[in-house]
Amino acid sequence: MTEDQRLIDIKIDELLEKVIGFHAAGYRLVQIGCTKTDVLEINYSFDKDYNFVNLRIVIPSVDIEIPSVSSIYWSAFLYENEISDLYGIKIKNMAIDYKGNFYRTTVKYPFNPQNTGSSGEGIPS
Amino acid sequence: MTKRTIIPFGPQHPVLPEPIHLDLVLEDELVVEAIPSIGFIHRGLEKLVEKKDFIDFVYVAERICGICSFIHGLTYCIAVEEIMKIKVPERADYLRTIWSELSRMHSHLLWMGLMADSFGFESLFMHTWRMREKILDIIENTTGGRVIFASAKVGGVRRDIDSATLKSISKSLESYKNELKEITDIFIKDSSVQHRLVGVGVLKKGQAYELGAVGPTLRASGWSIDTRKLGYAAYKNIDFEPVVETSGDSYARCVVRIKELFQSIDIIRQLAGKIPDGPIEIKITGNPDGEFFARTEQPRGEVIYYAKANGTKFLQRLRVRTPTFANIPSLVKMLPGSSLADVPVLVLTIDPCISCTER
Repeated sequence: MTEDQRLIDIKIDELLEKVIGFHAAGYRLVQIGCTKTDVLEINYSFDKDYNFVNLRIVIPSVDIEIPSVSSIYWSAFLYENEISDLYGIKIKNMAIDYKGNFYRTTVKYPFNPQNTGSSGEGIPS
Repeated sequence: MTKRTIIPFGPQHPVLPEPIHLDLVLEDELVVEAIPSIGFIHRGLEKLVEKKDFIDFVYVAERICGICSFIHGLTYCIAVEEIMKIKVPERADYLRTIWSELSRMHSHLLWMGLMADSFGFESLFMHTWRMREKILDIIENTTGGRVIFASAKVGGVRRDIDSATLKSISKSLESYKNELKEITDIFIKDSSVQHRLVGVGVLKKGQAYELGAVGPTLRASGWSIDTRKLGYAAYKNIDFEPVVETSGDSYARCVVRIKELFQSIDIIRQLAGKIPDGPIEIKITGNPDGEFFARTEQPRGEVIYYAKANGTKFLQRLRVRTPTFANIPSLVKMLPGSSLADVPVLVLTIDPCISCTER
């Protein structure tokens, strides 16, 4: 094992409070990434002194809006726009909102579970 | 009131080998705001993991970038190996580390050439790339390839380097250092270079951390953070400390990369002296089931490979966070206050790799 990695499952309404806590504790935001399983998981990764911690929220449906953390970590707007463009997840109050124009994909929301079947192809925009 | 003008910078521009766009808001010649735009060539390679066998996908991972190709492949392999709880042979770890450092050297030399070209120092550009060729020759002699050399595999490496060749590489790099110093001294001491870099695009220490900067961009602002200190591959057996500069300007970012060139030579020397005998790969059986965030240090900084697997031969998810993606917010914040003429140089100082970013 190259490093110990902590994964903390939290609810959507706990997100901002937890992220504020990491910010106050001096962690840097490493990345935010989304994973499609039966549901959608978003991992918020933080690091301080090579101590790597992840917060995970689970989104049952893309119709559920989640809060942006870009008011806490400004750089989060890039990750959030990426998730919004690839998955169609609604994220409110992003520091910069590209409104679906961050990635110029030929299909809209290519990673959206409602768009992707076994073929892995999305719905043309 | 000063008139505001919006100047589009990119996606096609002489200093940009790959497309990124910035909307620059100017007051006269001064940048007051910059809004980035990427996504012109987004390839969706992460999605391909659903259709490629996890063993074969290393070839795709290596093609995410045409410069730090090997470390992409390596990081992917580490992610899968951690999920499968595979311990690769120690010799393979050393070989992986040697090729990682050679990759860092040729990437930094490529950047230095591009940088020299961007501020109009053509002869320096040519000499830097002449030096880069020698590193590419070493890579070619040991792998058969020059940039994408397909030497990492899940479970180890594909090729070995015999001890005589290792000694010869170590020896040749020692003499290479003298020649390299002649060129790097120009970057460090020449007044025309300093004129373009010193005090330009300052990223303060607090800003760099807050904005999630990585690699030389972060270390040039005073942070001793280098993912190699996690000790992956053979770095745990090597004595080195992150190269740190404190002024946070374009010059500091240049100096960090130059010092890292010499550090890489020292690391390769240590590796060549310590590499153990033994196998270079182990046989892989079964499929991965689990998840892991692999982190390594590319020439441009920390890269993250998040892999999630469900016991089949196809990974469920592969997420790659590249260093350039992490450095874009820092670029956006270092541009305001600089003159329009400095923008091309400033963009280059984060060593942008859009190919990685548009994985």
